[in-house]
Amino acid sequence: MNEPISSKTIRSVIAASSVGTMIEWYDFYIFGMLAKTISTQFFPEGNATAALLSTLAIFAAGFIVRPFGALVFGRLGDLIGRKYTFLLTLVLMGCSTFLIGLVPGYKAIGIAAPLLVLLLRLIQGLALGGEYGGAATYVAEHATAGKRGYYTSWIQTTATLGLFVALAVIMLVKLNMTDVSFNEEWGGWRYPFWISILLVAISVYIRLKMKESPLFAKLKSEGKTSVNPLKESFSHKPNFKMVLLALFGAVMGQGVIWYTGQFYAQNFLETKCNIEFEQSRTIMLWAIAFATPFFLFFGWLSDKIGRKWIMMAGMLLGILTYRPIFNTFLQDSKVDHQTIESAIKIQVGEEQKHLVELESNKGVVEVVSKKFYLPGWNFTRVIKDTLYNNRPGERLVSQPVYNDIHLDIVTYLKFIFLVFLLILYVTMVYGPIAAFLVELFPTKIRYTSMSLPYHIGNGVFGGLVPFIGLLLTTTYPADPLVGLWYPIAVAALCFIIGTIYLTNKIDKDVTD
Amino acid sequence: MNAIKKYLGIIWLLMAPVVIYFLVAGAIANIDPAGKKDINNPVIWIIIIAIFTPIIIGLMIFGWYAFKGEYGHLPESSAELKE
Repeated sequence: MNEPISSKTIRSVIAASSVGTMIEWYDFYIFGMLAKTISTQFFPEGNATAALLSTLAIFAAGFIVRPFGALVFGRLGDLIGRKYTFLLTLVLMGCSTFLIGLVPGYKAIGIAAPLLVLLLRLIQGLALGGEYGGAATYVAEHATAGKRGYYTSWIQTTATLGLFVALAVIMLVKLNMTDVSFNEEWGGWRYPFWISILLVAISVYIRLKMKESPLFAKLKSEGKTSVNPLKESFSHKPNFKMVLLALFGAVMGQGVIWYTGQFYAQNFLETKCNIEFEQSRTIMLWAIAFATPFFLFFGWLSDKIGRKWIMMAGMLLGILTYRPIFNTFLQDSKVDHQTIESAIKIQVGEEQKHLVELESNKGVVEVVSKKFYLPGWNFTRVIKDTLYNNRPGERLVSQPVYNDIHLDIVTYLKFIFLVFLLILYVTMVYGPIAAFLVELFPTKIRYTSMSLPYHIGNGVFGGLVPFIGLLLTTTYPADPLVGLWYPIAVAALCFIIGTIYLTNKIDKDVTD
Repeated sequence: MNAIKKYLGIIWLLMAPVVIYFLVAGAIANIDPAGKKDINNPVIWIIIIAIFTPIIIGLMIFGWYAFKGEYGHLPESSAELKE
């Protein structure tokens, strides 16, 4: 770079980029976290069109629109500049999130409601696809050679912090009202969407005051910007082969490690271990809070020892320890016959019974729930027996399910530590990756070239973790951990490719 | 090392049609209009196969480049990417 950049400037650059990117992640996550409530408001069961729109809103936004957004905004960023492009993605994201919170429910405006939500969700996906590459490039192009990993690692904290803020905001709103008030048409579930507009307004104000990236500004003043970044990135063989290497040797594995550590773990605690809402959320919140500084640590470390081996070590640890860690979750939250016997001797709650009508008046499901207490922990046993109208006196007895499990303090702390480990792997693969990607591509096509593999790795490979997990669990129901083979296999493939094909050398000069 | 990089290219090249086969076979086995799970939903499979096909083709191209020795030397400056 021609002029040295002051530490005050670099702090402003990092703050402006990171806050905006964090808000974009927050916006993207709240939709997923509130999916259950959103589906009852906008995508009612029994309506085929609404079901199709719901599927598109959830899957298309992540899988198709994010990589497409990477291409659209990446191209724009390489043509007109980083600053205005990632300002645009921020405004698009903020407005679409705020507007989702304003769309009336299906009961009020019919099919227009899910259509509007789908449209806004697709804009969210598009904006997210364009944001990350811009923020990472913008920070990296301001950074000095020896600190690129450390400075860009601030951007890397944003996805996890966005998740943290989304979890915290939803939990705060939910804890301050009844479930009915939260889930009603204009209820509390809309507040996290409305809050977004305030956050975005602040971030836009900060970003407006920033200048263009010095490397891009120099390129532009010399008339050396790319005329067609898409063509140069993907049809020019020397660039394209680096795009492929970035995807299969680094980002693909990073995507599955990231998703498994932060989302699969949370879902596993809630649905497979049946841990109660508040505890499963606070386990994630504490683990994220403890692990987040390690993004910065591994970013800093990558400036000293190179990016490659830190990322590969994170993948290897995931490959080797996922099954033992998730098996511990399962075993330590298991309620067996002996536990029931012990609880009976201590304290058992009142039996609650209610009936749920089956479709077409075929009969009823009798739901009997009972709370059991042990020192420091408790759980609810639910038995659902089915009684058919055409088979009087016959009872289809179900196996008891134990849910709302409240763990004792030792197990709770142990779970926080194990989730912390999972997120620590995330920090290892994710902390240095922005600097790694930035260094792989030249300035004039950097935004385009790094955005696409990033969003394919995270959006597609990472986003498929729950779907392939469900596919494997359905195919091999005997093994509750079988869903982990997908992230393990993808991370193993990426580890092999990365170890053999990538170099650990840091590119000191990204000005070219 | 360059020989390993090269011959592993054949594995990446062959892996691509295997992945496509498993995806299509998975779709055929699990699509069920009466089912309620995500894996029974044809729309999701169409989206996944549509988005995965170009990625798999990318893996084939990566394998082909590796086999041709394109990754024997990685560029050390942007000037090498312009060649």
